[in-house]
Amino acid sequence: MGGRDTDIVLLDKDGLRCDGRRIDQTRRVDIKAGVLKNAHGSAYIEFGDNKILAGVFGPRDVHPKHLSDTDTGILRCRYHMSPFSVSDRKNPAPSRREIEISKVIKEALEPALILEQFPRTVVDVFMEILQADGGSRCAALSAASVALADAGIPMRDMVSACAAGKVADTIVLDVNNEEDQAGQADMPVGYMPNLDSVTLIQLDGVLTPDEYGLCMRTAIDGCRQVYEVQKRALSEKYFAGGGGRERTASMGGHTVGA
Amino acid sequence: MAGMRRQQVMPGDVITSGQYRPEANTATTADGSIVSTAVGMSEIYEDTVRVIPMAGMYYPIVNDFVVAMITSHSSLAWEAEMNSCYVGFLPASDVFGRDFASSADALTSRLKKGDLIAARVANFDRTRDPLLTVADRDLGKIDAGELVRVTPGNVSRLIGKRGSMIQAIETATDSVVTIGQNGWVVISCESPDGLLKAKRAVAMIEEQSNTPNLTERVKELLSSR
Repeated sequence: MGGRDTDIVLLDKDGLRCDGRRIDQTRRVDIKAGVLKNAHGSAYIEFGDNKILAGVFGPRDVHPKHLSDTDTGILRCRYHMSPFSVSDRKNPAPSRREIEISKVIKEALEPALILEQFPRTVVDVFMEILQADGGSRCAALSAASVALADAGIPMRDMVSACAAGKVADTIVLDVNNEEDQAGQADMPVGYMPNLDSVTLIQLDGVLTPDEYGLCMRTAIDGCRQVYEVQKRALSEKYFAGGGGRERTASMGGHTVGA
Repeated sequence: MAGMRRQQVMPGDVITSGQYRPEANTATTADGSIVSTAVGMSEIYEDTVRVIPMAGMYYPIVNDFVVAMITSHSSLAWEAEMNSCYVGFLPASDVFGRDFASSADALTSRLKKGDLIAARVANFDRTRDPLLTVADRDLGKIDAGELVRVTPGNVSRLIGKRGSMIQAIETATDSVVTIGQNGWVVISCESPDGLLKAKRAVAMIEEQSNTPNLTERVKELLSSR
């Protein structure tokens, strides 16, 4: 059910996916914290072939003033795909999809942030997709979370994100671009690991209740793996003895539940 | 400091649970655990828990001494950037005195855009921006020196126990170091070598604030030629 007709073998007889991963493996994840000098906080993530830069400014004065809230700070997010991020040139004007993803990322980050401490201010999060390869909203959300922590914005928890999906009638972790195009379902999940709370869940495709439960558990396991990389990226920037020097934390195709 | 426990924490990390009073940069979860809300070093005292953040802006506190930079002015007050999410306001009457008249006194005659001031936070709450004052001893325009920025969380490390760290820097480099609680530091020194050394020492404290034996390393740097 679902998915586009394609010649690509999404899952071979040995249980390996089109890019050689097992069904419970994520792509390689590298995160670097504090990569931009002029932003208050920043992060760079490579999630498979996704390459994303996130920058955070604030808390700072709200412009235009009428947007400010006297009770709390507000969050603004901008997810933007560079013209060269996909094989055909992408029009740099914000598309419907980018506006939607900006909105869901904002709503995924808000539960983690303690903006009540900064009334009448705004925190701006900019996510620039330099190269897209499926699952870019999860990668952008994970990078934004690291950038917010790097900016010192008070957070109840980090937000980690990873997708799961259904490919060749099988639930798989971290759907890539080919699987997204030809697969049967894609479910990005944003998750706060310490609070055990989901902040983002979307589903494109059709799943049975059992598949949905398995997909959810698989995605959360993926989020926990991403969380470890996020923590390592921050730790390497702040506690590796070189405070301020950027370093990269990485994870390459770990097995869920291993 | 006896009995104090420290550990590295990330946002969301559980620091402890039990009968502790959560202080700066901590939050209490539904199950009663105290978690960190910032990247930093948690400190558990006998009855309180707090986190010294490694990043972030300055949050104004009344009576804090700050170093600020004039960014603009209206006919009645200057606006000053102070490494905070809020802009500081310095009323003209604070500088000109009680007989200030906006029609007669030009604010730029005293403080211009880009000038640094040593000020104190006179008033601040959630509803209004911080009000600064320079009407006290040792406050006012900073005439000379170089501005160095550190994380506000590292200010106490830069000052050291009873001012030991900053005294060591000042003595070794023959400089005067003005430290604002907002993390802005002005170093003034007649000798270029002394200035460079003092800046290096401040940078070392900023980069290695959470590492042990920092005082020894700073003294070593200061004693090197």
